[in-house]
Amino acid sequence: MKDLAQQKQVRVKGEIAVWFSSLGLSLGLVMIVALLGVIAYNGLSVFWPKEVVQLKFNTDVVTGLGSRSEVAGIITSEQTKSLDKSLSNPKDPVEELQLFLGNKDQFGFSYKYFDRSSILEISKPKDIVILERAEYGDAIVYPVYLSFVNGEKIEASNPNFNESLKALIEECHDRREMIRYLEFKEIGAINKALENLRLEKLKIDRKSSPSEADIQDLNRIENERARNESLFTTLAAQARGLRDFQESSKLGYQLASGEQVEQSIGSIYSFYYPNQLGFFGKVGIFLKHSLGFLIEEPREANTEGGVFPAIFGTFVMTLLMSVAVTPFGVIAAIYLKEYAKDGLFVRSVRIAINNLAGVPSIVFGVFGLGFFVYFVGGTLDQLFFSLRLPTPTFGTGGIIWASLTLALMTVPVVIVAAEEALASVSRGIRESSLACGASKWQTIQRIVLPASAPGILTGMILAMARGAGEVAPLMLVGVVKIAPSLPIDAQFPFVHFERKFMHLGFHIYDLGFQSPDSEAAMPMVFATTLLLILLIVRLNLVAIMIRNRLKRKYKTSTF
Amino acid sequence: MINNFMENVSEENSTITKQEATPKVKAGKNNYISVKDYNFWYGKAKVLHDLNLEMPKKQATALIGPSGCGKSTLLRNFNRMNDLVTEAHHTGDITIGGHSIYDPMIEVISLRKRIGMVFQKSNPFPKSIYENVVYSLRVAGKNRKSTLDEVAEKSLQAAALWDEVKDRLGESAFSLSGGQMQRLCIARAIANEPEVILMDEPCSALDPIATAKVEELINELKRKYTIVIVTHNMQQAARVSDKTAFFFLGKLIEYNDTKEIFLNPQIEQTEAYVSGRFG
Repeated sequence: MKDLAQQKQVRVKGEIAVWFSSLGLSLGLVMIVALLGVIAYNGLSVFWPKEVVQLKFNTDVVTGLGSRSEVAGIITSEQTKSLDKSLSNPKDPVEELQLFLGNKDQFGFSYKYFDRSSILEISKPKDIVILERAEYGDAIVYPVYLSFVNGEKIEASNPNFNESLKALIEECHDRREMIRYLEFKEIGAINKALENLRLEKLKIDRKSSPSEADIQDLNRIENERARNESLFTTLAAQARGLRDFQESSKLGYQLASGEQVEQSIGSIYSFYYPNQLGFFGKVGIFLKHSLGFLIEEPREANTEGGVFPAIFGTFVMTLLMSVAVTPFGVIAAIYLKEYAKDGLFVRSVRIAINNLAGVPSIVFGVFGLGFFVYFVGGTLDQLFFSLRLPTPTFGTGGIIWASLTLALMTVPVVIVAAEEALASVSRGIRESSLACGASKWQTIQRIVLPASAPGILTGMILAMARGAGEVAPLMLVGVVKIAPSLPIDAQFPFVHFERKFMHLGFHIYDLGFQSPDSEAAMPMVFATTLLLILLIVRLNLVAIMIRNRLKRKYKTSTF
Repeated sequence: MINNFMENVSEENSTITKQEATPKVKAGKNNYISVKDYNFWYGKAKVLHDLNLEMPKKQATALIGPSGCGKSTLLRNFNRMNDLVTEAHHTGDITIGGHSIYDPMIEVISLRKRIGMVFQKSNPFPKSIYENVVYSLRVAGKNRKSTLDEVAEKSLQAAALWDEVKDRLGESAFSLSGGQMQRLCIARAIANEPEVILMDEPCSALDPIATAKVEELINELKRKYTIVIVTHNMQQAARVSDKTAFFFLGKLIEYNDTKEIFLNPQIEQTEAYVSGRFG
């Protein structure tokens, strides 16, 4: 009987512990779900088209819009502002609406608060249009007419109006692509050729006594330069012509507040009737916006357009970092685990590695700047790119230095994981290999490494997760707000690891703190954060899939 | 109780050693492995005391004794597996086929190529069945497909595994059953045509049917190879070995033909052990 009572007590005690641990777990899960939920909701709602309302004001109330008595916009938030009670004339709390007005070119701002009490009427006009523009953000307007190159005009009441506008926008889009091609590809190539010629000339100029061949070379260079320059002039003229043509057809529209505006079609990207959209129409716009966000380049100080260069930069940097950190960490782990004799030295190395994992990341950034950028990069420039100096090639921040800096930062993670993975390979299997006449190195290479590959990959996954989200050190070693070109492109030699790059983490920071229009940037912060999380999850999933495949292959023996 | 008994035994043992020194088997020309005045230490702990024995060629020698008596240590010294243990050292010598295994001119790797080893726990490599068998050839740099195929088939046949696995040589070695894995390890050990096969309790993790198969295999293999087997199973020692050595506390107590050891042991301790009265 007594035994039974004791047993019961033990079980009950254990149960409390189980409850506590499950509580901890569920708390953690709730926090993760809440985090993802908040980011996903805020991030995705950026792309969802919202209805436009038109407000009519009491004429005697000060709205901050001058004499305008009507205005159209998207309601972005509602709030109750309680006024300071200490004022001589305390008022009741005021309800306010925040509206996205668009038309920044007309108003000078795009978000504004309005007192609810000053609003006479809220309506949802059917025929109002949202224009997505290259500059000044969206415009919320009533279209009036289209004027074509040949002076022809069609009114908005014309049944063909929408079709014509769409056709014109598409035409302009094609032309924009062409201009881009001309300016980036063709003119870019010419610029590169001119730069090379300049360097060649410089090389000859620096010689104290130029030979006969050198003088011939100089002539050739001069000819080439003249040819390239004339080509440049032609292409530039061509591009200018196209640009002018972009301005030729125009859209006339009226704002809800009454202003008449004429804008060239070339600066309009697309348009839609927000109050005429059904559910599927909204989904269509949502998908279009999301896709644009993924594949387009940023505009308007990063607050508009997409983040493709940042996605690409993050991806390439993370990949480069993994490629650099894994062999490095694994080799170090092999030496520590398999070869090094345990002693004071090895123990202090281990302590150093563990401490390295706790060093603030900005410290690595400073180190990367001093060592990789100034020392290694500077030396490379001295040795191989001395002609271009003082313009640095490798001696300035770049994706390769950023990757190496992060690799250095995450190497302790890989070493620790790899050491554990190596230790988990059973002694029996090593001895079997040695007994087969394999040397120690053959055993490590053929048996131990494959068997510990899943554990090593776990280390790499952890390193990737830590490295991909890091921002602080990158700011010192090569990340920029806007990178003119990607680190991998069609220009020879195709990979340009010395280039500066964009990074999603830095993009978030930039949007959040350095944006000229914080109201416009805030939704983008969430959208970019969501994207960063998705990218890291995606990278990790791929690594986990590889690991599981390896695990299946090298499943350890069970009896 | 037990401690008392052990003390008694060791006292008796020391007296015996004094009286008869270590039992010596006459060195015949058939002898292949010989251990001479061999002492072995793990750090400061002396594990093997002054061993002298000779093992005949193409026969199976069983090493028996209670746990911790040093029989596995001795076995692992034949292919210098104990080199891996830091602070292990020895005096005396072991020769295999007339060559000292400690000859500084002989690389330990080439020694191990001449000696196959099968462990207590079957530990196939994380590779396919085929790659497991030909591993010793691969590490020796032999990569010719035809040679490897031939060796794989021959070894698996010799290990009585060929018929069971010939259609799935490319599958993971872990897809085999416990008994099959152990036979795979035997196939792996003989792939390189060794002179000696060392077996460290090869059947202790196997069920009786798998054990019977492996024993049958050992009986088959000893026509071609010199086998040294460590076992805790008296019946197994009786069934597969020609010679048996009984160890106790790092000392060789008795060494003789298996039949003699089991039917007519000269020393009381041996009798006590083989009849199951202690150990």
